[in-house]
Amino acid sequence: MTINLDARIPTGPIEQKWTKSKFDMKLVNPANKRKYKIIVIGSGLAGGAAAATLAELGYNVACFCFQDSPRRAHSIAAQGGINAAKNYQNDGDSVHRLFYDTVKGGDFRSREANVHRLAEESVNIIDQCVAQGVPFAREYGGTLANRSFGGAQVSRTFYARGQTGQQLLLGVYAGLSRQIQAGRVTMFPRTEMLDLVTVDGKAVGVVIRDLVTGAISSHAAHAVVLATGGYGNVFFLSTNAKGSNVTATYRAYKRGAGFANPCFTQIHPTCIPQSGDFQSKLTLMSESLRNDGRVWVPKAKADVGKRAADIGDDNRDYYLERKYPSYGNLCPRDIASRAAKEQCDDGRGVGPGGRGVYLDFRDAIKRDGQAKIAEKYGNLFEMYERITGDDPYKVPMRIYPAVHYTMGGLWVDYHLMSNVPGLFVAGEANFSDHGANRLGAAALMQGLADGYFILPYTMGNYLAGLGLGPAVSNTHAAFKDAERAVKTKLDTICAVDGKHSVDSFHRELGNIMWEKCGMARTKESLTEALEAIPKLRERFWKEVSVKGGQDSFNQTLEKAGRVADFLEFGEMMCKDALVREESCGGHFRVEHQADGEALRDDTNFCHAAVWEYQGDNNAPALNKEPLTFENVKLATRSYK
Amino acid sequence: MSWFVGYVRSSVGAKTIMAVTGLLMVLFAIVHMIGHLQMFGGQDMYNAYASFLQSLWEVKWPTRAGLIAVFVIHLVSAIRLVMMNRAARPVKYAKYTPARSTIAGRTMALTGLVILAFVFFHLAHFTFGGVQPEYFHLPDGHGRHDAYTMFVRAFQNPAMYGIYFAAILLLSMHLAHGASSWMQTLGLRHPKYPWTDKVGPALMVILFIGYMAPPTAVLLNVIKLPGA
Amino acid sequence: MNLTVHVWRQKNGKDAGRMVTYQVKGVNEHASFLEMLDVLNEQLVAKGEEAIAFDHDCREGICGMCSLVINGRPHGGHERTTTCQLHMRHFKDGQEIWVEPWRAGAFPVIRDLCVDRRAFDKIIAAGGYISANAGSAPDGNAVPVPKEQADRAMDAAACIGCGACVAACPNGSAMLFVAAKLAHMHMLPQGQPERAKRTEAMVTAMDAAGFGNCSNHYECEAACPKDISRDVIAMMNRDYTKASLGHREEESKAEGAG
Repeated sequence: MTINLDARIPTGPIEQKWTKSKFDMKLVNPANKRKYKIIVIGSGLAGGAAAATLAELGYNVACFCFQDSPRRAHSIAAQGGINAAKNYQNDGDSVHRLFYDTVKGGDFRSREANVHRLAEESVNIIDQCVAQGVPFAREYGGTLANRSFGGAQVSRTFYARGQTGQQLLLGVYAGLSRQIQAGRVTMFPRTEMLDLVTVDGKAVGVVIRDLVTGAISSHAAHAVVLATGGYGNVFFLSTNAKGSNVTATYRAYKRGAGFANPCFTQIHPTCIPQSGDFQSKLTLMSESLRNDGRVWVPKAKADVGKRAADIGDDNRDYYLERKYPSYGNLCPRDIASRAAKEQCDDGRGVGPGGRGVYLDFRDAIKRDGQAKIAEKYGNLFEMYERITGDDPYKVPMRIYPAVHYTMGGLWVDYHLMSNVPGLFVAGEANFSDHGANRLGAAALMQGLADGYFILPYTMGNYLAGLGLGPAVSNTHAAFKDAERAVKTKLDTICAVDGKHSVDSFHRELGNIMWEKCGMARTKESLTEALEAIPKLRERFWKEVSVKGGQDSFNQTLEKAGRVADFLEFGEMMCKDALVREESCGGHFRVEHQADGEALRDDTNFCHAAVWEYQGDNNAPALNKEPLTFENVKLATRSYK
Repeated sequence: MSWFVGYVRSSVGAKTIMAVTGLLMVLFAIVHMIGHLQMFGGQDMYNAYASFLQSLWEVKWPTRAGLIAVFVIHLVSAIRLVMMNRAARPVKYAKYTPARSTIAGRTMALTGLVILAFVFFHLAHFTFGGVQPEYFHLPDGHGRHDAYTMFVRAFQNPAMYGIYFAAILLLSMHLAHGASSWMQTLGLRHPKYPWTDKVGPALMVILFIGYMAPPTAVLLNVIKLPGA
Repeated sequence: MNLTVHVWRQKNGKDAGRMVTYQVKGVNEHASFLEMLDVLNEQLVAKGEEAIAFDHDCREGICGMCSLVINGRPHGGHERTTTCQLHMRHFKDGQEIWVEPWRAGAFPVIRDLCVDRRAFDKIIAAGGYISANAGSAPDGNAVPVPKEQADRAMDAAACIGCGACVAACPNGSAMLFVAAKLAHMHMLPQGQPERAKRTEAMVTAMDAAGFGNCSNHYECEAACPKDISRDVIAMMNRDYTKASLGHREEESKAEGAG
């Protein structure tokens, strides 16, 4: 082990750790704050909130995003809601219960102290968002409304129709815009971070490519925040936006930051299945549909080609109700996803390629009437019909699991700082709060907690320790070296001049990842992937076609750089999945199960696996941060 | 007063100017139409009305001045807006398919220009007597200007009838869009009063019928020359 | 299905640009419009040509990045549908399709079908926010908001900032976008303290960006993929007139101090 994995968890009882920590942190005098420059990469909930809040405090902030406006970050696509321990429903919720549910939901692979702080800040988030004008759903009396979500027995989810992420992001964007107007944030849309620059082991800036002009430039700062989201697009097909990528975090990893638990990915059970090879992305259908829809496949393989209406009840296998009688169709995400895959692997999947199961509302419509169902799910049914052309009131929906979220990310300590001093990581890009499985409505909560209420404190503590000197100049040799490396890499990609499109390699990688490192993983499948990926990577660098050069707006080149990183990152993911010889949360190793259920190994794997870059030609080194559970007792989850 | 200049120059202010001046002219158009409907009351009634209007010089001249001012403001403002709107889309679409806009709405600038020309023609015709001077300045039996006969003679000519028919049609179209828009522009439109959207089309029909009824009656020989 | 697609190609902001005709073969009717362009781009790459640039990101109708005028209608003209949600089953085999970028002086073309929409960000920066620093907020339930009001605020807040309203407007006006943002905040009690100032600032920024004016054609409303109603424009007009012609305490103070 060569990297420092001291998590800097404050001492004392869990309820007092954050309060104590806030008091212990060093402060920066208001007049001195403007002397510090902070770079924020990403403008979603975590990055946008961090940039705006740090600017409100008086720091000089530069914020970069690859979209044409900070308002388009992928946080915008979150549908369901955001959790907060407000206990407005008087149903027994509390900070401790939210903390408990999240640790348990994460299958005991998250850091207790971080999760408790998240639960504490959850209540402040709602207040802040309301003050900003987020139009949360209301009761007739004017108070905030709540809905229930998976993994909890209380009603603590706040929502704005099916567009909660959009509304929260627009709140963040409004706050950020206010700081842009005030001159405290300089915004750089349509730019991409291509390297992290370190001097004396500290993060001092980034190398940026302007996506419109192609210009490469260096930006120096006292600290860098990465809030660049997750890496679900390593699978090519996912519910992520097309632009979501691993490049910023992966290149920071190559500059020394540890990458934790890359194999922890969440696969959401209710997505619209792939309809052909042309498909570019998958669309999520809210989990709430499983409240009234019944999941089934034909009992007989011979029936998969038949129309659903022609298959009688006797010939249908309602497999979730059969296997998990007490939870039925509402069993947790990972269980439902794996069960669907099993049916399809057994040759009983429906629809194109046999990759789909039915989600049937026939019985609910018969019971409650079409009007009632339309009232609950009308907008979702409409969305489904728009995409598939099928009317779910008449024929059952077809659904299939899809990659949705990645729990792994750059390793951070309690201060959200990576092992590279001055490099902070927030939101989905870090690894800390969700363990091996994220609960619904917890991602928005984490992004905003990190940006609004955690980074503004921990950042001050770091900067105060730096002293008042100016940032390293962006003409420093380290910046020049990094710029050269970036340009060389772009030149190399453009020079390949092969015959195959970037997407064709991405699809192929995605296929390997999905088949070998997807919902169920085995030693054999992972070993095969670890052989196939380097070969694919080699072909990429010989056969990829990137026309148009690097000195102009070139979307093919952007994609090529990201896919090149995925081709390296995918290998690390498979390695991580291979050495984690247990099943936990979203990571299911077929070898490690008891009666078809995930079998955790707390004796050997109660740790975060942190990968350390050792050069392009060497395998990364594995470091471990042991996880201790003092407040939530380690226990096995059961859903039967 | 810089705040007022700022308002007038702004996009919303410019719209307000169009709406307010347009509305004033719509009111004039309605009053003017009612006046002409008195053609159905016969020569005496119509000439009495005409001479009554001419005699009220304290009202006539301020009204004329006001109308001219309103007209000029509406026109200048419209020209400015059209130029700004053209500039806002320097490259046109190769293919553009309107979805909701009406022909009346899309041709406001064009119909506006035709109306401008018509107004000059109309003034020359009935106010200055330059179009059919032979029918202008005829006295009636009471020593009044015989506006009734002038009117009848004018529309006994099918060509003249055709000119007015076309002009009134375009004017009505212009008002159909304008009179639907003013509530929206002034911020008075609200989903609670959905009928306000029908004001324009209704007014279009009323004005067209109201304006064309007397000339049509002349053409069909329902309204005749005195003694004929 | 096979299609004839006329696409606007333009190298950069200075290039004049032109429509180029392509034959696209073997398009699946279940593919989205953007996936049809993906297929076309694959065919171009195979021929050694440069791919067509077009903006897109989430491909599920919420990010507002995709932006094509298809056969003369923004997002193709289907109700509540963005280009990424428009599927090829709405087209016929052998059909001719015209694909153009948003056309507005305030949205200059960057390349091919991509335009620069930063003018929208400038309008928001001018006042499209409620000034509330992190940490200063009262309890979420401290100020009740009637459900109907919250619902109407949400109707307006559903705007995805795609710019279809500008693209559809015969005058290239951005009023539906600006008014939607204003209506969202002005339906809520939190938006009241800065109401007049915000309205003035955003309308001024909109005018400065070079958008056209509203002629009440309501093409914007027809094109909006999020069903935003023209009612918000009426509200903005009223607020702006009140803000400009009425008087406010902060203004009299400012003049007194000056």
